[in-house]
Amino acid sequence: MSAQTDPAQRVAIGISFGNSYSSIAYTTGDGKSEVIANEDGDRQIPSALSYVEGEELHGGQAKSQFVRNAKNTAAYFRDFLGQQFESIDPSPCHQSAHPIQHGDGVAFGIRDTDEDKENTVTVGDVTTRHLKRLRSSASDYLGKDVNAAVITVPTNFSDAQKEALKKASTDAGIEVLQFINEPTAAVLSYDARPGAQTADKIVVVADLGGTRSDIAVVASRGGIYTILATLHDYEVSGFKLDQVLIDYFAKEFVKKHKSAGDPRENDRSLAKLKLECEAVKKALSIGTTANFSMESLVGGVDFTATINRTRYDLLGSKLFAAFTRLVTHAVEKAHLDPLDVSEIILAGGNSHTPKVASAVRSAFPDSTTILAPSTSSTAINPSELSVRGAAIQASLIQEFELEDIEQSTHPMVTVTPHLSTAVGVLCISGDESSGIFHPIIDAETSLPVRRTATIATPREGGDVLIKVAEGSRHIKVTKPESKPKSEKEEADDEDSDEDESDEEEELREKTWKVGKTLSEAAIRGVKKGGKVEVQINIGADLSINAIFREVGAKGGIRGIVQGHKTNGST
Amino acid sequence: MANVEISLPLPVLPEGWAGEKDFKSIGQLSQATDRNIEPIGPHFLAYARRKRHQRTFSEDDRIQAQAHVKQVEDEDPDDIDEPEDPLMLQREAKDWKSQDHYAVLGITRHRHRATEEQIKRAHRRKVLKHHPDKKAAAGGTEDDQFFKCIQKATEVLSDPVRRRQFDSVDEGAEVEPPSKKDTQKGNFYKLWGKVFEAEGRFSNNQPVPKLGNDKSTKEEVEHFYNFWYNFDSWRTFEYLDEDVPDDNENRDQKRHVERKNQAARRKKKTEDTTRLRRLVDDALALDERIKKFRQAESAQKNKRRLEKEAEQKRLAEEAAKKKEEDAKAAAEKEAAEKAAKADNKKSKEAAKNAAKKNKRVVRGAVKDANYFHASGDAPATQIDGALNDVDLIITRIDNEELAALTSKLNTEKDAAKIKGIFQEEVKRLVGAGKVTEGELKSLA
Ligand SMILES: Nc1ncnc2c1ncn2[C@@H]1O[C@H](COP(=O)(O)OP(=O)(O)OP(=O)(O)O)[C@@H](O)[C@H]1O
Ligand SMILES: [Mg+2]
Repeated sequence: MSAQTDPAQRVAIGISFGNSYSSIAYTTGDGKSEVIANEDGDRQIPSALSYVEGEELHGGQAKSQFVRNAKNTAAYFRDFLGQQFESIDPSPCHQSAHPIQHGDGVAFGIRDTDEDKENTVTVGDVTTRHLKRLRSSASDYLGKDVNAAVITVPTNFSDAQKEALKKASTDAGIEVLQFINEPTAAVLSYDARPGAQTADKIVVVADLGGTRSDIAVVASRGGIYTILATLHDYEVSGFKLDQVLIDYFAKEFVKKHKSAGDPRENDRSLAKLKLECEAVKKALSIGTTANFSMESLVGGVDFTATINRTRYDLLGSKLFAAFTRLVTHAVEKAHLDPLDVSEIILAGGNSHTPKVASAVRSAFPDSTTILAPSTSSTAINPSELSVRGAAIQASLIQEFELEDIEQSTHPMVTVTPHLSTAVGVLCISGDESSGIFHPIIDAETSLPVRRTATIATPREGGDVLIKVAEGSRHIKVTKPESKPKSEKEEADDEDSDEDESDEEEELREKTWKVGKTLSEAAIRGVKKGGKVEVQINIGADLSINAIFREVGAKGGIRGIVQGHKTNGST
Repeated sequence: MANVEISLPLPVLPEGWAGEKDFKSIGQLSQATDRNIEPIGPHFLAYARRKRHQRTFSEDDRIQAQAHVKQVEDEDPDDIDEPEDPLMLQREAKDWKSQDHYAVLGITRHRHRATEEQIKRAHRRKVLKHHPDKKAAAGGTEDDQFFKCIQKATEVLSDPVRRRQFDSVDEGAEVEPPSKKDTQKGNFYKLWGKVFEAEGRFSNNQPVPKLGNDKSTKEEVEHFYNFWYNFDSWRTFEYLDEDVPDDNENRDQKRHVERKNQAARRKKKTEDTTRLRRLVDDALALDERIKKFRQAESAQKNKRRLEKEAEQKRLAEEAAKKKEEDAKAAAEKEAAEKAAKADNKKSKEAAKNAAKKNKRVVRGAVKDANYFHASGDAPATQIDGALNDVDLIITRIDNEELAALTSKLNTEKDAAKIKGIFQEEVKRLVGAGKVTEGELKSLA
């Protein structure tokens, strides 16, 4: 690596580079991530560049050029990087400079100097210019020359795309310390909050961006993240939601001003419509009504109108439903059940829309937490999730040699065996004589792993048996009509008072099926009311090293279950 | 990582449980899955430090490590480029109603079976290929008509309601019923099976029973035709509606078209029901199994009738025979009884005579024994007594005993011995309780 900076000289930030918007963030001395506003005061900086008489406009200023100077405005290009022309979808560039074929790759033909001449600017170069602007905004804000970054990318960003992005960054004077995946960056930004506890849980990151939506199902195990399944969709997008509003207001306009014509049929009017509709959409995330107001929408006719949130929810209902389906499909793809999902992190700008959150909410059980501005007061701004994660990662690795980072992210390190079933103990419950399984280590936990559990003993103490076994999760479905008379009515008295008219809803519960027994151990003479502590260590070779002892007592029982010899990754 | 707290108690150690140092290893963990963990966050870095041990990994290591890793980003497995009909590529978007949406998206191999996912992927592929910007790059015109056709196709196929409306009239999915001639060439199951499989897509009830083959049981075949004669179809005909004028001015005209459409839908639905019924009728008429089952049934019936008749005949014959036999037996019995009666009378007489004779012998023997008088002529009292006693004996014994006594006495002339025989007889009678001791003075 030629452009390597001395780690001590590094000033590293996090960058999220989307097709629609980009963000920059840094981590403060006390470990908090902060999103940086550019000169225009924007934290969501449109990924756009526009050239007027040789002057380069960036971000929001470039975006407003969609109306007058569309041909010389490049936007929505991130996904073109490192791609062949045949493989790109030019659709998002409908209202700005269109991508063209250039050699093996993609470029824009724009007049980027004050000469009256169209130049071919490759997507790599456009990206470099964009990143330079981001870098300078960050440098201005921090008062230091930013020269390194962790950049977030979608999970399906290919090696070629990363390579192209790396080159564009280097050309912009930014050393890429690491590319990290957008969804896990989002998970990290939640887990890195002060006071946050790492837990074993399934987290779904559902990102409804501008040109695409991306879902990732993540197994989060003690701060180690594994992506189990992903889904990408280019038809369920912020663009499509904007379109819904464009069609609505265009029709309203035509109703009122028949002779002026349909604003969708004129490029400039359409551009105006689009910008204003996006603004209306954003306004509806906070307010329950929003105003559309545009001077000279078509042929000098001004247009103002209002819309309420309910109307928008209705207009976009198909898209909200489609997005929700994507989330449930991704869960299925990971071979999981909605009941397995502990949290859904709603990411991407459109996750500000309350209806997005409520649509997803209704497809998941109450045990699933939905993290979005409208459902959780402590939710992180969905537009900032990736960039915060990137900033945190940047602060963690900025002192490392690049070689060191590369070695740490080498497949020899990152490819690990994952448990295929949960491991836990058999306990006694009130009505079940045969013992029921209680997990200690969940399935899809990366190995090696250590977990400790504290387990109650029979009322009188005495000698107890600790049976360690595999367990598989099972969904028990109960039909509503056969409501069995609960034998332990005291226990479940927490039924909500509000009788939602849930007709014929079946009851789904997560239960466990005991699988293979792995080991048995005895702890003798447990004190009355005593507890037993079990520590389970599972190696990458699937060997189990367990320690069983009464809490507070010395010594204890140690046991080893042999692993497999075949596993290559150790 | 927080401790796992388990409030359910552990089981009591079973009686007699034993393990070396109180531990028993029993089974191995199931095979693990190789996955990539995300190289991010403080916990990963701590792990990476431990894992690396200052080692340096090579390119070979990379290949080896990734050999079995579970892929998350899936390459599309079934992406086939169906050939595009040049005529189709020249379609105008305004004629979208008459386009074959599945052909436009290149998924005629799936049609109504295409999943939402497949439709999405097909759409994406077509967009990448036919976006007007691509055509411009290839030196073509900026014609976006076919691109719009693609959008239209996706719009219809990704909306479940509109998709059903299209699927209802999707000619590409139709399978014409075969001609009678073709059917009779022995292809009934193959040809009609396809027809029913295609028709089955309209069924509200799934799964739809299959036509089966010549090995299907009667129950299966009956179930099949029952199902099809009671077919519950979701097929609708909105898709063929005449366009309703969009403007608000012409309300009457609008209502008129709407009404017309409603009527047309109903008519088509009825026609479709009739069509299906005919189709099932035709299949049924050509179905060899029906004939087979009918033949088998009538053969069965015949067999049963013949069997019944044979049985009746047998029973009648049996009854006649029995009657005859009974009569014969009765006659024989009567004869036998008669004969027995006659015999009886004779033997009774003979016995009577024999007894008379025997009595005579016995009485004679008394005389031979000198009336049991020791020596010399017996006095009259002795004679009377002896004769009385012997008569008493005779009355007390039956004919057989009398015969036995007679045979003993028959050849005996010795007085003492005769007396002995009598005394013996008396003794026997006393033993049998027929005579009391001392009752017979002369033989005492
Ligand atoms: N407050 C808001 N309320 C509703 N929608 C919003 C809000 N803020 C941004 N958006 C929408 O979010 C989208 C941009 O999302 P995001 O910033 O995640 O984009 P991105 O990652 O660049 O997207 P992509 O790469 O998918 O184009 C746009 O459609 C924008 O209109
Ligand atoms: Mg995004």
